[in-house]
Amino acid sequence: MSTRLAPTVTPDTAFFWEGVAEGWLLLQRCAACGRFRHPPRPMCPWCRSLEWKAVEASGRGTVFSFVMPAHPELPFMEYPYVVAVVELEEGTRMVTNIVGVGPGEVRMGMAVHVTFETFDNGVVLPQFTPEVDR
Amino acid sequence: MSGTLGGRAAIAGVGQTEFSKASGRSELQLACEAVRAALDDAGLAPAEVDGLVTFTLDSSEEMEVGRNLGIDELSLFSRVPYGGGAAAAVVLQAAMAVATGVAGVVVCYRAFNERSGSRFGNFAGSMTGGMPPFLSWYAPWGLLTPASWVALHARRYMDVYGVTNEDFGAIAVVDRKHAATNPDAWFYERPITIGDHQASRWVVEPVLRLLDCCQESDGGVALVVTSVERARDLRQKPAVVTAAAQGATFDSGMMTSYYRDDLLGLPEMGVVGDRLWKMSGLAPADISTAFLYDHFTPFVLMQLEELGFCGRGEARHFATVENLSLGGRLPINTNGGLLGEAYIHGMNGITEAVRQVRGSSVNQVADVAHVLVTAGTGVPTSGLILSRE
Repeated sequence: MSTRLAPTVTPDTAFFWEGVAEGWLLLQRCAACGRFRHPPRPMCPWCRSLEWKAVEASGRGTVFSFVMPAHPELPFMEYPYVVAVVELEEGTRMVTNIVGVGPGEVRMGMAVHVTFETFDNGVVLPQFTPEVDR
Repeated sequence: MSGTLGGRAAIAGVGQTEFSKASGRSELQLACEAVRAALDDAGLAPAEVDGLVTFTLDSSEEMEVGRNLGIDELSLFSRVPYGGGAAAAVVLQAAMAVATGVAGVVVCYRAFNERSGSRFGNFAGSMTGGMPPFLSWYAPWGLLTPASWVALHARRYMDVYGVTNEDFGAIAVVDRKHAATNPDAWFYERPITIGDHQASRWVVEPVLRLLDCCQESDGGVALVVTSVERARDLRQKPAVVTAAAQGATFDSGMMTSYYRDDLLGLPEMGVVGDRLWKMSGLAPADISTAFLYDHFTPFVLMQLEELGFCGRGEARHFATVENLSLGGRLPINTNGGLLGEAYIHGMNGITEAVRQVRGSSVNQVADVAHVLVTAGTGVPTSGLILSRE
């Protein structure tokens, strides 16, 4: 049984999780200045616009930082696992897991792309996996 | 000295409970014991207190503390957010109140049963009411302890500057060395070697081993802040608040500031440092000893850089056991720090700074003029410079 903690969805973040449930990685893009921002928030910090669109991301990025949490052991996680900050092509970053590759093979700067994983308790998460199939 | 805050207020009394893993009494009682001890240390009566300041995370209501101590009229009660980032900021609040006449005697307190009660790393067990919204970007991926948040930030620093986990070990060795000669420390008479550090298990690979992570502790600390003039007439030698500052920057998060800049520093502490140096007119070379918040060792290295004790990426060369130990270039955490003495959310670093200024530390640095204290890092934070008159 592999489960994950369910995120709390707020009016500001609902589009992201609704997209994930459909298999889309949606990013918030300011309708006025065009900049992407993540995590989602109601106002653009660069131009103060409240207008934005949920834009489908290319799903491509690179590993910016990553670690392997070991302790305390969480009952719902399968060990070992990699948590990473991925820098997306759109210029924003997000925290995710790197899957489909041995933890020892993950490298800084590694090219990755999004994949969606559904857990036994119904939680769906965007995960990232190396671009080159192994 | 610029501005009107520096040099106006002083810490006139410090108090603490024992530091343990199971206090066996309520957080409120710990708070009251610490406040009473601090007032006794200063030689002030509870009736003379007119201000109380604590952390937003503290469970002891100001009115409950007042009801126990028999404090009469209060003209200031105020709380500071962002966990351990509040530690020096409670003194900033108190000093501002004293400098402006809002209050005459302000007691700052922090008390908790962080080990035997609600533990900060146990978010999974404490989220029955749903996850706080900010955690929704981390916890679903298995990133839900302070150690893991910090490690994901520090990994980048290691990679870019060629820093290893063994480099972080120097901080743990120094802290435990100082704790070993401090009877108040949980790890009294229990120093460690770099070998012990390297043999301790991973908490977050490849950044944090067990001995890179601070303790979890039960206990309370309180500080009495009043004007320098009044402090002169009290029981103890005043520890003058030469500078006090808070700091936050764009996109500061709760240890999860992954979305800005290069992740190679602690910009919040950069803001604090700039303000402390400006307010005091001092420079890193003027600091006799420092308490650098050490919840996790990597952020001690980054603090040394943000505060200007060394250049960017150079902390691994500066942060040697020799340099940071008693007798070295910059002795840090002479009480043993949060790793060695206790984790009282940084407040026990301020008490140690006061003892250094008074000349009463068990690990006394010779001829102390100015002591730097920092609060929690990876969050909006704060800092102090305390000086002898």
